[in-house]
Amino acid sequence: MPTNQGPPADVEAAVADAFRQEWGRVVATLIRMTGDWDLAEECAQDAFTTALARWGSDGIPDRPGAWLTTTARNRALDRLRRSKTEAVKLQEVAALSVPDEPPARLDDSGVTDDRLRLIFTCCHPALTLEARVALTLRTLAGLTTPEIARAFLVPEATMAKRLTRAKHKIRDAGIPYRVPPAHLLPERTIGVLAVLYLLFNEGYSASAGDDLLRPDLSAEAIRLSRLLANLMPDEPEAIGLLALMLLQNARSAARLDDDGELVNLEDQDRSRWDQAAISEGRNLLEAALRRQQAGPYQIQAAIAACHADAQLAADTDWAEIALLYQQLGRLIPSAVIELNRAVAIAMSEGPAAGLAVVDEIESGGELTDYYLLPATRADLLRRMHLNEEAATSYRRALELAGTGPERRYLSRRLAEVGGL
Amino acid sequence: MRYMLLIWGHGSDVDGATEAEPQISAGGLEDGEPCWAPWAREMQARGVILHDGAQLLGPEAATTVRSSGPEVLVADGPFAETKEQIAGYDVIECADLDEAIYAASRHPVALKGGAVEVRPLATT
Repeated sequence: MPTNQGPPADVEAAVADAFRQEWGRVVATLIRMTGDWDLAEECAQDAFTTALARWGSDGIPDRPGAWLTTTARNRALDRLRRSKTEAVKLQEVAALSVPDEPPARLDDSGVTDDRLRLIFTCCHPALTLEARVALTLRTLAGLTTPEIARAFLVPEATMAKRLTRAKHKIRDAGIPYRVPPAHLLPERTIGVLAVLYLLFNEGYSASAGDDLLRPDLSAEAIRLSRLLANLMPDEPEAIGLLALMLLQNARSAARLDDDGELVNLEDQDRSRWDQAAISEGRNLLEAALRRQQAGPYQIQAAIAACHADAQLAADTDWAEIALLYQQLGRLIPSAVIELNRAVAIAMSEGPAAGLAVVDEIESGGELTDYYLLPATRADLLRRMHLNEEAATSYRRALELAGTGPERRYLSRRLAEVGGL
Repeated sequence: MRYMLLIWGHGSDVDGATEAEPQISAGGLEDGEPCWAPWAREMQARGVILHDGAQLLGPEAATTVRSSGPEVLVADGPFAETKEQIAGYDVIECADLDEAIYAASRHPVALKGGAVEVRPLATT
C-alpha cells in the first residue's frame, strides 16, 4: 500500500468498487494471456495497488476495468521480460505484446468473456469439489486466501495448499482454459451451477453472527450467479438458480429468532422477508420458465416462489407445491424429494393422503436411517390423533436424529402425544 | 500433451474386453482384429495420436523389485494387492485433458466396467 497518509476517500471507494466489479475480469484476461494463474493473480493485485496510488493524482479513469487490465498486462509483460531466460517466456512476451481488448460478454460478435472461461475451468470435474469452490472464490470473486479459509473453517495454510494444488493440477494435467464445446457444455454447466449452489448453501446454513470476519458466502454466490446468468443469457437453469437463491435468501432475516435458533418456515415473521429480492426472483423465474425448458433449479425456485407468494403460512398453495415436487422427482428421482412431496400432499389433501406416500417410500426401503422419515410419519399420525403410533415414530426419529434444535423439537412433540 | 492411460480392471473386465464384442466399440470389429482396434481407429480419426500401448499379463505373472538398500529385494506378485489391477496402458497425445478424458471414456476396458487413470507425462 502506498504513501504515508493514504489515498483520499473517494479514490479508495472507487478502487474498492472497481475491485468488486473488475477483479474477476482482470484475472480471467491475464490467465488467458499468460497461461500462468499465479502470475495473473499477482499482476492483478499489483494493478489495484497502483490504482490506489495513481487515481488520486491522475484522476479516476472513465473505464476502470480497461485501465486495470492494461496496467496488469504491462506488469506481466515486465515480469516475463525480466525472467527471459527461457525461450518459452520470450514467446509469451511476444504473444502479450499484441494489443487485445476483449469485449465485456458473450455478445453478438461471438467473442467469449474470459470470465466464462475462468468459471468453467475453476469448476472442471477433474478438480475436487472443495478445490472448485475455493478456486472460484479466489480467482473470480476475489476473496483472499485467509477469507476463504475462514469461510470454510479450515486453517489458512490448508486453504493455501488446496489452492496451489488446484492451480498446479490445471497446469500439469492440461485442463483447458475455455468454455466447453457444445457436446460437453450441458453437463459442465450443471457442474458450475452445482458449485455455486453449494457455495450458497454453505453460507445459508452457517449460523449468523458466530464470526463477524466470516465472509458472506450466500452474497458471493448470488453475485457469481448473477454474473453467470448475464454471461449465459440462453441458459434458463442459470437464471433459475439465481432466482432460487434470491427467493431463499429473501427469508434470511426471519430464519433465526433472537436466541439464534432456526425458525420454521411456517412460524417465520413474513413481514421480515425481503420483498425486493422476492420480486426480482419471481421476475427472473418467469423469464426463465418462458423458455419452456424447466430444470431442477427453476422448479425449486418455483417452490420457493409459492412460499413467497403466501402472505400467511395458511395461504400456501400446497397443491401446487406437491405438483412441483412431483415434477422435480421426475427429473431427479430421489426419496428425499418424494418425502417433501408427501408433506405437501398432507398439507393440501390431509394427513392420511400424505401418509400413503410415506408408506410407499418406506416400502421402497429407502431413507431407513434418515430421521425425517419417521419424524414426518409421526407428525402426520399426530395430526390424525393416533397418539400411540405417533409416539413410536417420534421415538424412532429421536434414535436417528443428531443433536440440537431437531432433537428439542422431536422431544417436545413426543411429550405432546403423551409419550414421555 | 502426452498422457498415459493406465487401464485398471478386474480380471473379468479385461478378459471380456479381449474377446471380440463389436457392439461396445465404435467402428465394429473386422475379422481377427483385437478389441481395441475400433477404439484406435476412432481416436486416430479425432486427431489423437497413439504412441504406444499394450495389454499386460495378469498380476500372477508380476514380480516386484526393491533396490534401495544393500540388497535387491525380489517378491512375487504386484506392488499393491488390490482388487483391481493395471491391465494395460496406452500413451496418447492430444490437445488437453478433456480430449484425454474422452479417449479414456471410449476405451474398451472402460466400457466393460474398468477404470482408466489419466496421467500426464512429465515434460523434460
